[in-house]
Amino acid sequence: MDIQFLLELMINGALTGLMYSLVALGIVLIYKSSGVPNLAQGAMVMIAAYLIWMFAHLMGVPIVFAILLAVVSMFLFGMVTERLLLRKMVGQPTIMVVMLTLGLESLLRGLGPGLLGASPKSLDLGLDMMPIIIGDVFINREYLVGGIIGGLMVAGALLFFRTRIGTKLRAVSDDHISSWSVGISVERAVAISWGLAGISAVAAGAMWGSVQGVDWTLTALLFPAVAVVILGGLDSIYGVFVAGLIVGILGSVIPGFVDPLVGGGTRDVVTSLIILLTIIFRPHGIFGREDIERV
Amino acid sequence: MFYRLSGIKHTRYASSRALWPVTADRRIMQVLVALALLAPFFLSDLYLTSYMLPWLIWTAAALSLTLLMGMAGQLHFGFAAVLAIGAYTSIHLTRAGVPFEFALLGAGLMSAFIGVIFGAAALRVKGLYLVMATLAMQYLVEWVIINVPAISGGAQATLSTPDVTFLFVPLQSDASLYYMALLWTVVVTLLLLNIKRTSFGRALVAVRDKDFAAAVIGVDPVKYKLLAFFAASFLGGVTGAILAFCYYQAVTPEQFGFNVSIQLVAMVLVGGLGSVIGAYLGAGFVLLLPIVLTNVLAFVASYEWMPISFNLIAHIPLMVYGALIIGVLLYEPLGLAKIYDNLRKYFVVWPFRHTQS
Repeated sequence: MDIQFLLELMINGALTGLMYSLVALGIVLIYKSSGVPNLAQGAMVMIAAYLIWMFAHLMGVPIVFAILLAVVSMFLFGMVTERLLLRKMVGQPTIMVVMLTLGLESLLRGLGPGLLGASPKSLDLGLDMMPIIIGDVFINREYLVGGIIGGLMVAGALLFFRTRIGTKLRAVSDDHISSWSVGISVERAVAISWGLAGISAVAAGAMWGSVQGVDWTLTALLFPAVAVVILGGLDSIYGVFVAGLIVGILGSVIPGFVDPLVGGGTRDVVTSLIILLTIIFRPHGIFGREDIERV
Repeated sequence: MFYRLSGIKHTRYASSRALWPVTADRRIMQVLVALALLAPFFLSDLYLTSYMLPWLIWTAAALSLTLLMGMAGQLHFGFAAVLAIGAYTSIHLTRAGVPFEFALLGAGLMSAFIGVIFGAAALRVKGLYLVMATLAMQYLVEWVIINVPAISGGAQATLSTPDVTFLFVPLQSDASLYYMALLWTVVVTLLLLNIKRTSFGRALVAVRDKDFAAAVIGVDPVKYKLLAFFAASFLGGVTGAILAFCYYQAVTPEQFGFNVSIQLVAMVLVGGLGSVIGAYLGAGFVLLLPIVLTNVLAFVASYEWMPISFNLIAHIPLMVYGALIIGVLLYEPLGLAKIYDNLRKYFVVWPFRHTQS
């Protein structure tokens, strides 16, 4: 076994994994506060990437301001989505809520490419394309920046949960009714968590858009993100970080060695197996809270 | 004659528990069946093969899923994989010289056995986790089909269906394909209508409503969950075979992708979870409305009344489909079947407002 190759796969895999964490963070934020599994997060990432592209390349706004504008728009988008769609679904069975977010996913997947063009667009963040070479290991610079931003976002989310609003969000994630009774507006907390998920979608959209271009394929990030979320635990921010690394490394090392033997596409299999094995052996994930069901 | 409940006094349990206890409903069913049987004679080939046929087959698929999701309450987001297993099994069996009738059976059994493995995940988890587990299995089955040349016939290959006969009738003309699909859909429909009235159906409903409570009254949840997966996957497998032979006639793995699974769940939910008529309405709605809307928009665009780019037209079905799901879930969570039911109840007692019971 080639140790250099392994090292390269591991490092790039870990960075990719942290970029998956960016997508997964939004799902966890929403699930933590409202118990809604947001399967439209992949589409929100795509919309965010389209927005950045629109601001930067169609309106000629400098890229930093374009990202800031996208942050504001996606925050509002998240809040509006919660207000118009999800709030009416409170108390409905899981399948209804899951299907609603999937409906939103289709709607957004048609809306973005439909209005702004389906051909892949390149999003230039002004990053140097030259890989960094340490010894004989090549590290993709965009992945490095993406990985760092992923780590920072997770750290930021952890710090945020220590602020005043964050404390409210934690209370809401513990119990809706008790939060109500001590005067916390559950509706506002849930809306804010959707807004935050919108912001994390912008970070993910910027990084993934710059790595693989802006088009509908960004919505496919949902699948690895779901694996990250399931493995880490649906309501754990730490889990997003750790599981992101695991999913990224496994999803890069195993295909690196197995793909030449079976002819490609092993990454999806690894992701599926991670989801499946987690659900069979430890449904609540590494750090997640175990659900206790009352009869 | 307008008051359709007039003169209907059930004096025996058997008559009140008939499938259509109201005479008027029975008449409607007879007319619908007659229309369906005569469809090849008054519908043009285009409508028959590109609207009626897929509608019937997808209805059968949605009904199979209804058995699992609506009655047994087990969510399944990988049903397209079950259809794919049925389609590929039946094609390989007929190619190996097995008669079509037995190939259908084999397809059903193969799907059922693999489907039960899907179901094994259901023994430990439910709700969201079951969605994720079945989703993962969808990807696994898809990958196996694509990457095993013995199944898919090589990468990017399409596998065309051989010519077959069903009960000595050659399945080549459009009409014979249509009757084959109709026969299967009617069989599945009758099965589902009647399953609700058997102890098996009641056990499934008990498990759906609360599996602990079902266990307390002596219904083994493990057994019935697995049976539900087995039965639904069997029906799904045969439907997949019918889909391959009667409609696609050349299958590729992409025809059974993740989006198809979502579409099937959408059919069941838009139609109304657990309702038989809902499966018909949902399949028609999800399948036909985007086509109709695209045609209308293409028509509007061709007269240049409105500037609509082709790019936008290409994406409108997706948007409409998403918006439809959202709309139905928000405004009528019980689906189209509930809307139909409201209408029916209104007309059953017309010109009066309320029934006496």
